[in-house]
Amino acid sequence: MAPSKIDPAIEIEAIDPGALKAELVAKYPTKVGRKRAKQIVVNRVDECADIPEIGANSRTIPGIITQRGCSYAGCKGVVLGPTRDIINLTHGPIGCGFYSWLTRRNQTKPKGEGDANFIPYCFSTDLHDEDIVFGGEKKLKAAIREAYETFKPKAISIFSTCPVGLIGDDVHSVAREMKAELGINIFGFSCEGYKGVSQSAGHHIANNGIFKHVIGLDDTAREGKFKINMLGEYNIGGDAFEIERIMDNAGITLISTFSGNSTYDSFTNAHTADLNTVMCHRSINYVAEMMEKKYGIPWIKVNFVGAASTAKSLRKIASYFEDEELIERVESIVAEEMVEVEKVRLDVKARCEGKLAMLFVGGSRAHHYQDLFREIGMKTIAAGYEFAHRDDYEGRAVLPDIKVDADSRNIEELDIEPDPERFSPRKSEEALERLKEKGFRFKDYDGMMAEMENGTLVIDDISQYETEKLIEIYKPAIFCAGIKEKYAVQKQGIPMKQLHNYDSGGPYAGFKGAVNFWQEIDRMVNTKIWSYLKAPWQKAPELSATYAWE
Amino acid sequence: MERVDYVSTTNGCKLCKPLGACLAFRGIEGAVPMLHGSQGCATYMRRYIISHFREPMDIASSSLGEKHAVYGGGANLKQGLKNIMNKYGAGLIGVATTCLTETIGDDVPMIIREFRKEMEEAGNAPPAPPLVCVSTPSYSGTHMEGFHAAVRAVVDQLCAKGSLVEDGESKFVNLLPGFISPEDLRYLKEIVEDFDLGCVMLPDISDTLDGPALEDYGKIPAGGTPVSDIKRMGGAAASLEFGHTLAEKPTAGAILLERFNVSLHPLGIPIGLRETDAFFSALEEASGRPAPERHELERGRLVDSYVDAHKYLFGKRAVVYGEEDLVIALTAFLVEIGIKPVLCASGGKSGRMKSCIETVTSGLLETPPMVEEGADFYKIEKLCEDLSPDLLVGHSKGYRLSKKLDAPLIRVGFPIHDRFGGQRTLHVGYRGTQRLLDRIVNAILEKNQEDSNLGYAYM
Repeated sequence: MAPSKIDPAIEIEAIDPGALKAELVAKYPTKVGRKRAKQIVVNRVDECADIPEIGANSRTIPGIITQRGCSYAGCKGVVLGPTRDIINLTHGPIGCGFYSWLTRRNQTKPKGEGDANFIPYCFSTDLHDEDIVFGGEKKLKAAIREAYETFKPKAISIFSTCPVGLIGDDVHSVAREMKAELGINIFGFSCEGYKGVSQSAGHHIANNGIFKHVIGLDDTAREGKFKINMLGEYNIGGDAFEIERIMDNAGITLISTFSGNSTYDSFTNAHTADLNTVMCHRSINYVAEMMEKKYGIPWIKVNFVGAASTAKSLRKIASYFEDEELIERVESIVAEEMVEVEKVRLDVKARCEGKLAMLFVGGSRAHHYQDLFREIGMKTIAAGYEFAHRDDYEGRAVLPDIKVDADSRNIEELDIEPDPERFSPRKSEEALERLKEKGFRFKDYDGMMAEMENGTLVIDDISQYETEKLIEIYKPAIFCAGIKEKYAVQKQGIPMKQLHNYDSGGPYAGFKGAVNFWQEIDRMVNTKIWSYLKAPWQKAPELSATYAWE
Repeated sequence: MERVDYVSTTNGCKLCKPLGACLAFRGIEGAVPMLHGSQGCATYMRRYIISHFREPMDIASSSLGEKHAVYGGGANLKQGLKNIMNKYGAGLIGVATTCLTETIGDDVPMIIREFRKEMEEAGNAPPAPPLVCVSTPSYSGTHMEGFHAAVRAVVDQLCAKGSLVEDGESKFVNLLPGFISPEDLRYLKEIVEDFDLGCVMLPDISDTLDGPALEDYGKIPAGGTPVSDIKRMGGAAASLEFGHTLAEKPTAGAILLERFNVSLHPLGIPIGLRETDAFFSALEEASGRPAPERHELERGRLVDSYVDAHKYLFGKRAVVYGEEDLVIALTAFLVEIGIKPVLCASGGKSGRMKSCIETVTSGLLETPPMVEEGADFYKIEKLCEDLSPDLLVGHSKGYRLSKKLDAPLIRVGFPIHDRFGGQRTLHVGYRGTQRLLDRIVNAILEKNQEDSNLGYAYM
């Protein structure tokens, strides 16, 4: 059996995604199969048809190995973790804190000696048997006092793990009491791991907490003509640094980034910005919505993953401010940056065009990284999120149709009223109309499926089993997910790119990030390593194995 | 010195109990570890184990939600078991509890008994594989307690009376190595083989967490201790169990002694001359034959290099941290080569570390080193301000301290996530000790060379 290369295009046409879906689902017990059938969708998008409905944000089936995390992971690990000068104290046994200690590779750049950086630390109450029996509040208070005494932070946040809610520790009252005692901002999160169906619940809880306890505490207006916040950018591998560089060049002031290379003070001040730009819709749209209601700051969806997308998002921001000088500056930045970008893009495209990619990651990355692949001519044949909701797939138009189930109902929805003093619409009615007429869309997101081709597979909360099946059938040139999938995928002879922590690489956002990413993808999809799998003495192996190269 | 005794834990030096149980279950052939609790636990532990081994690591979960936290997780556990059986064809499912299910008081052994009964009544084919459960509340002990508890549970629940050795079966020993690297395990098996002894090693992660690329990818990796081997452990000539802190505890080895009268050799992890000598002596005793010559030669070379290395190492001050038994073994080795351990620290709290350290250092140190049980890195860092160590020996989490002190870190144990090849680090036996010795000497030489402005190139 000589390894034969089949033209991927021909091969794909021979695959019927509908039949593949049926095959995937058939392997499950009936009830499980019915549930998965809703979460596995063959994409159909055309002019007249609606985007197909997908099942999302529903509970994972016990025993089916998922890649999802928990509420605590979303709250502490994702949203609050990347801010350097807040002490994040895990209230619980040691594991939760330990496993979220630096594992997301959020980067931060303290400004000099006096700027605190607690990101390399892992603070935990480390609950033991006796605390579970007699309650952990006393230990929590002691831990807060110790953290304050030792580090004198500006703020301390407390994160509840599973047993905390069950033994009835009231982290919120402890926070209030300690705040009064120590005179710094202290706030708690009820983000026990069993809440919600995935880390998404934790994002929501984090959004609520940060909105209630931090945003709006400092009204000092910062200098700058064009002031924006970047929401849902977590500075993995230095993405936020690249975005900051571009913003600086354009003369746009980033008041705060939620949450990457971020500080407590920047959060307290975030409501003084004139525009909220949302990168990861899933994890942070709540804050954008609440800031609009309370302070009158409009929000728009942006995407800085992909060179063309970066240019598009920059132009979108510039046109919001309706400032000719800014618009021109953005154009010249794009022109300047695109020189290097185009050089690399065309070079890499020559070796990558036509190859297949699969992306199963996050609540927005599986969508946005398709742009980077598209730019080098690679096709995303299947994609899905770990923890997204229907609006991230089908677009925000479906929001009124989403059924609220018991799991979502358990997450608090804050009732927000306009701030009596500080609510100020950033744009007049006429200005908004003018922008809308030009095609400008506020608080809108079309989701992933609208941008994917017909016949591609969209799979929510993909299981290990489905992953293996998809790889076997499509043999993609690259599979993108996280470290949990990485080695299982590579054992099957397919290069695997980590899009949670970037394989310790990055940045991949912005112009420089795109160049960086393409060079890595080029290296990965064109590697020769799997051609060495077979030892010279293995002629026609009587092994049962079929390899990726066969 | 500033205050060092804190209630809170800053930069912990231990992981949680169910993680250890999952690792141990992973060392059984065909086994799928499962956590009874919130799904986040499985995800966190998988990503942590995977980042060290760079291998797939599946852990299933019963995925409890808020409702189940209130009403109990039995139904989820049963559904999960069924799905693992159907989708994975597991040869064994190892169920470990978590803080969630321990706090709500789910009776897992009872749920599993019910499940078995329901499966039998439904006439399920194939029947359920062995289901082993272990109680591992995360708030009680470290990952090492979880690891040993799982090994004990496996022996306790699978080695029933009556599972005897067949006539004419060759002599074998039980090797209960604890949590050491796949490379260590492979080497230990070679050693036992050289004594013409059979060996049931439990658990055995040497293939399951360090597998080859040239393989038919299966959902469950090849390797691990076969369940049929576990069932015959009661017929072994002896059990060799590593870990000084385990002595006199109801360990797997103790169960085999009590239930089947298998003589038990409680040993330290064989690092350094004396601990390795003890291991070889136990093998000599069990096999009735002297150590093969090639091991004797390896030992000879090791002693020779101890002599050669002494001029570089004597009087150097080391901080050793990590799992208690690994720290004890490393300390036993370091004092042999003239290094002075100034602090032996662990997040574990067995209550035995101090006396064990005293035992392994007696005769080689005038006063035993400072021992800190239940320590975190904040405390270790504070203590180091006065100890001024020349080197650190431990896992990756000591990197910050090493950088701060400008002292080299010799990476050993778990987790190693900032270097390559943690799963292939050899620590044990004469050969592993030799490797450690070479690494330590070279780290010191490198430091001397880098710190010198005289242009040393000949050390």
